[in-house]
Amino acid sequence: MSGLSIQNLSMRFDLPNGSSVQALKDVSLDLAEGELLSVLGPSGCGKTTLLNIVAGFLAPTEGKIILNGHEVRGPAAERGMVFQQGALFEWMNVRDNVSFGPRMAGKRERDYGANVDHLLEVVGLRDFKEKAVYELSGGMQQRVALARCLANDPDVILMDEPLGALDALTREKMQSLVLKLWKETGKTIILITHSVEEALLLGERLLVMAPRPGRIHREYRLPFADLGAGQDLRAVKKHPDFASTREEILGMIWDMEEEIMGRSETAGAAS
Amino acid sequence: MIVFALYIAIFVASWLLVKLLVHRALNDFTARKTVTFGDESAVRPSRIASVVSILTIFLLWGAFTGSTWVPKFLHAPGPFVGDASFTYTAEADGVEPDEATVTVRVFPVGEETEDPEVDPGDGWAKNDSASVGAWRSGLVRVDQNDEHGRDEGHRVVAVNGQPIAPGGEVMTDYGRVGMSPKGTLNFEPAKGWQMEPIWLPAPEAVLARLVEISRDGYRDSTLWEHLGWSLFRVIAGFFFGALIGIPLGYAMGLSDWFRGWFDPIVEFMRPVPPLALIPLVIIWAGIGETGKIILLFLAALWIMAIAARSGVSGVKISKVHAAYSLGASKVQILRHVIIPNSLPDIFTGARVAMGVCWGTVVAAELVAAEKGAGMMIMVASKFQLTDIVIMGIILIGVIGFGIDMLMRLAERKLVPWKGRG
Repeated sequence: MSGLSIQNLSMRFDLPNGSSVQALKDVSLDLAEGELLSVLGPSGCGKTTLLNIVAGFLAPTEGKIILNGHEVRGPAAERGMVFQQGALFEWMNVRDNVSFGPRMAGKRERDYGANVDHLLEVVGLRDFKEKAVYELSGGMQQRVALARCLANDPDVILMDEPLGALDALTREKMQSLVLKLWKETGKTIILITHSVEEALLLGERLLVMAPRPGRIHREYRLPFADLGAGQDLRAVKKHPDFASTREEILGMIWDMEEEIMGRSETAGAAS
Repeated sequence: MIVFALYIAIFVASWLLVKLLVHRALNDFTARKTVTFGDESAVRPSRIASVVSILTIFLLWGAFTGSTWVPKFLHAPGPFVGDASFTYTAEADGVEPDEATVTVRVFPVGEETEDPEVDPGDGWAKNDSASVGAWRSGLVRVDQNDEHGRDEGHRVVAVNGQPIAPGGEVMTDYGRVGMSPKGTLNFEPAKGWQMEPIWLPAPEAVLARLVEISRDGYRDSTLWEHLGWSLFRVIAGFFFGALIGIPLGYAMGLSDWFRGWFDPIVEFMRPVPPLALIPLVIIWAGIGETGKIILLFLAALWIMAIAARSGVSGVKISKVHAAYSLGASKVQILRHVIIPNSLPDIFTGARVAMGVCWGTVVAAELVAAEKGAGMMIMVASKFQLTDIVIMGIILIGVIGFGIDMLMRLAERKLVPWKGRG
């Protein structure tokens, strides 16, 4: 069977003072091949923990993850990750960053070279191949990170707030790029974001998570990613359902935040 | 005191002058950036100030040593040189007091000279002559040629008409005339404000020494051998220190066992100044090359180990995670991520280590060595060859500065991504 299956995942962190934090509780989810899932939630809802477990950087306390019929144990090339920022190798130029995966796999230049150049072309960095990555702007650096991930041809791409550090204009361009790449490559993508708009625009499916313990609060199936691929994202934002869904989700997250604040205030008053 | 006051005066005067002449036109936005608390980068060194600063040092050096490089009118008053004279009044038993003149020839030390010829004059006290080197003093036995000697109660009661007694003194135009407890006159010509060459030689004397020693060598070795040996020791000690220290630092950064095992040793040895190890190293390895290289090895080792350790621990976890999720193995991550990521830290450590090694080698050579920059100035100081000492200090400074510049250059070439991660 193909696709990604997250089964009854729980994660508990033991703190040095003896207590523990339930970061995730009984999270289950099935993702078909080629689906784009965006994950949204207030801070502390365990969305990054979830991604780190899928990536294999963390071992869950309970539950397991099945990818294409085998269980995930540790990081591997089949699950590529795009970080918020700072994960490029600044001692390599742009092209060497992008070709890192194939090179580590022991492939030869003639095998991966054409693909790497093609990807650089797709993300619009053809003229920056030989540049040092620290000479690029933040948006261009994230393009390198996207290309580097794609060059490795992973089954699943995990994105941890990949556009979070970019300015609004660059961010819009990059959102179009992500949609375009998703349509062209047909990869399964999990995208974590703290922007409701971004989650709506990019997510074919949308997961709203709730905190303490981190769990799935609500799931949506959305038409906007399909609408947005290949056309102006601003037109999608004018869609009547877009505004209403956004308000609904914003209200949901707002309530969660209020609840957290209220709880900590009561705790503060009690102590 | 005078020199310090002059220095401050030049500092302030040149500042005002430059501000007035050069920066008067500067009234744009940057002129508002004068108060920059906590923003160091906004203050850039003024090149003019640096040049004036160096010129001032040489100017003061030259002015107070009577250098030929500095125009005569800028010289500080020098010591008196020439024929000085003063009169003395002598008494003896049974005769009237008589007066006579003493002529003293003050000559620059190192030149041949003769006592001036004088006419004995009339009266029972005869005129005297003597010679004294500049900055020195000399006893003048005025009674020796007088008709009534000490056995007849000869005693000097006044100099230039001013009364004087044993232990007293009279200031004349040419210098100080003192009287010893036994009644002998002691002439000390005026010293002026300049420094005597044995304390501070003129810059041209130092340069002449440099030329002479680089041609003829010093203590059976050429100048280049002395400096070369010092440099060789530094490079050898640093090389072995890095050879052991960097892998040790990597091991400490990667393994908790290594970290736990070596942390106490490294953290203890790091604050011990290498100079404090000199006696122990001499006891164990003697004063030969081995001892010095061991000392420099120890000086570099801990610095390099700590630099490599912090380079490894400083790697961003997202970079390691990214490499893992791109399919890299542990060995590949070490080779392609951790090592390149630690290079900037290692370069910083290497710069510090080279500086410390250079300081340590000079100190070790001061203690004991047959060749080397430190040995050269140590031996020269024992013979009061101040010009060699100053030349050595300048050369040591220039080489230390050169090493640092080279390391910075190498850093820019080899790890251009430093601080830009």
